[in-house]
Amino acid sequence: MSRLLPFIGFMLLVGLFGFGIWWNTQHDPNAIPTPLLNKPAPEFNLPKLYEPAQTVSKADLLGRPYLLNVFASWCVECGVEHPVLTAEGPTLGVELVGYNYKDAPDDAKGWLAKHGNPYALLIADEPGHTAIDFGVYGAPESFLIDAKGVIRYKHIGPLTPEVVAKELKPAIAAMLKEAP
Amino acid sequence: MLLRHHRRSPLAGDAFAFANADSRIPNPGTKASPASGLLRVLLLLVLAFAGLAHAQAIEPMPFKDHAQELRFQHLTRQLRCPMCQNETLADSNAPIARDLRNQIFRMMQQGKSDEQIKQYLVARYSSFVLYDPPLGPHTWLLWFGPLLILLGGAGVVLVAIRRRSRANSAATTDAAAGNGPADNGDDW
Repeated sequence: MSRLLPFIGFMLLVGLFGFGIWWNTQHDPNAIPTPLLNKPAPEFNLPKLYEPAQTVSKADLLGRPYLLNVFASWCVECGVEHPVLTAEGPTLGVELVGYNYKDAPDDAKGWLAKHGNPYALLIADEPGHTAIDFGVYGAPESFLIDAKGVIRYKHIGPLTPEVVAKELKPAIAAMLKEAP
Repeated sequence: MLLRHHRRSPLAGDAFAFANADSRIPNPGTKASPASGLLRVLLLLVLAFAGLAHAQAIEPMPFKDHAQELRFQHLTRQLRCPMCQNETLADSNAPIARDLRNQIFRMMQQGKSDEQIKQYLVARYSSFVLYDPPLGPHTWLLWFGPLLILLGGAGVVLVAIRRRSRANSAATTDAAAGNGPADNGDDW
């Protein structure tokens, strides 16, 4: 027994390290939890990307759920996410609202012209002040906001088909079941 | 950090020492005029402060006074950049760190206290941004985990020592049955 003790200790360490590796494949180690989950989304009032004279506020979007997708033309991962949004967007059952983050409007428009525009509505936050209220620290990030303006789900990093199927769609289903 | 380092300017201090040495020991080979020494000092000063000019060019913030600048530097060193995660807001060059520094600066001008600024950031980025995490139900493992491991280790050591001393005393009673002085096994 006592001779087995070091071996058991070793196996415990192996188990611990294996768990650490598995955990990091299942979770984004750079994602930090948002304290805003299940809380009302922050107030905002931002210009539309294509009509900067018009602004959109949080109150304007109340009444119907939407997926607020933070993106930018300078963001490499957004290019990875974009085809997923284009393909899955129409099947989600909620509107896609594009949140153009710290981007020159012309760059954003050029990027959308090149890759296609999956968004029903596009708002622009060039200075990035409102994004701080949302706890945004990079792009892409996505917020699922319900009809009452409450944040129901947040994803940091690109939405992949797996994330859409395993996390986003169940979150949307739960939200729609609660308040159709 | 960078600013203060340059303000102390160890290089400029060296320049003075260099110049003094130059004037004290006249070199017969060259014209050691005071003017050349002065020129050298000036040149080294310019080089030393080139770094300072650069540091200020990154982020010229119009602080009200030096105390506010120190307060800003102290506060941003206690906060973690959410993007890079292993750098403070003071050190990081990530765009979000720059935005948050600007936001902290704005809040300071509005007269917000350090505590209010921290609460503002925690409300948006969670207690992750604090290098000194608060003690709470979700952080007790973080705070007391090391103590638990220490206690576990102490337990293992205690059991091992007990077992060994028992084995030792068993061996010595065997020996004592024959001859020789009795060993109580406490000599370790």
